[in-house]
Amino acid sequence: MFADYSLLLISAILVNNFVLVQFLGLCPFMGVSNKLEAAMGMSLATTFVLTLASACSNLTYHFLLQPLGLGYLKTIAFILVIAVVVQFTEMVMRKTSPLLHRVLGVYLPLITTNCAVLGVALLNISKDHSFLQALFYGFGAGAGFSLVLVLFAAMRERLTVADVPSPFKGAAVGMITAGLMSLAFMGFAGLV
Amino acid sequence: MIDYLLQYPLLAALTALVGLATAFGALLGYAAVRFKTEGNPIADEINNILPQTQCGQCGYPGCRPYAEAIANGEAINKCPPGGEAGIQALADLLDMEPTPLDSEHGDVKTVPSVAFIREAECIGCTKCIQACPVDAILGAAKQMHTVITSECTGCDLCVEPCPVDCIDMIPQQESMQTWHWDLPNPVSRSVDLIATDSVPGDVSQDRAA
Repeated sequence: MFADYSLLLISAILVNNFVLVQFLGLCPFMGVSNKLEAAMGMSLATTFVLTLASACSNLTYHFLLQPLGLGYLKTIAFILVIAVVVQFTEMVMRKTSPLLHRVLGVYLPLITTNCAVLGVALLNISKDHSFLQALFYGFGAGAGFSLVLVLFAAMRERLTVADVPSPFKGAAVGMITAGLMSLAFMGFAGLV
Repeated sequence: MIDYLLQYPLLAALTALVGLATAFGALLGYAAVRFKTEGNPIADEINNILPQTQCGQCGYPGCRPYAEAIANGEAINKCPPGGEAGIQALADLLDMEPTPLDSEHGDVKTVPSVAFIREAECIGCTKCIQACPVDAILGAAKQMHTVITSECTGCDLCVEPCPVDCIDMIPQQESMQTWHWDLPNPVSRSVDLIATDSVPGDVSQDRAA
């Protein structure tokens, strides 16, 4: 039981990393990785939303769509669920932590259309996860996203001051770095 | 109910989606009321840092409007009364790089000053009274005006509208209330305290390392 869940976590964080192995959620990966602080805030918010959205969409599917035989509506229903979860998070954050809201205010609507969030919800269904499994899978996806985003942001901060050949300056060397990181993460493939 | 819906898949789909949307709409509506924020909390925190002289040198009618403008992305270096310390505090709060004071909006005064009206020359036009942001000038039309020294923030705003130029900004005299110890002279600032085993001026060792 415990081994199952830890395996699920490791698989979601390292082996099937959402960004570098499954190539989901690439826009924030390239867009919000210029500064380390912004990347940390973004990864916190995304982890939170991923966990919550994974659990909520799982509940919606198993208690509403499946009993009525409406499996074909899952994409629309999940988009609705995700949008509400993100909006709710934004409202709570605006009230409880204005500074965090100021830092993340721009990114929260971006999370709504983050394909990793919809991806984790749909993968939960195709892998037939239970509620707890979905919760762990969502959290693992978020942790993997955070790990990769923070690592990448740290690298890009160093890249801005590095002596890069002028044709590769800026986004180009970022893309190359992301590719190399993805290759490195492929090395985890035999872990589980 | 479910059996009935299962017979009509279209009805089931409609009911499910409309039900879902209604439930979520209700949830968000409740959250909007429950987590309602009065005003702009970040503007409140900025307003607490601003010096509250209400001098308007930043181009806004007071400290509160400038705080709201900063919360919406205005530059933080337009407040001369706050000085460099104020800019530093704002930069810390907003997690921004501190920028030097914008001299367009006035310079930092090292000594606080107080307005003084040469009463013999005052013609009682009340223009300075209208300009004063803190109501520190007393007077009426065709009567001479005077400044309440304890209320004056030294913002210079009354000097410009005076038609007879009878207002002087006098540096505040040091009194028992305003005198304070000088801060200790920061000698250590000029000395490089970072430990190093290289001899100063020895370039060859740095190259070798």
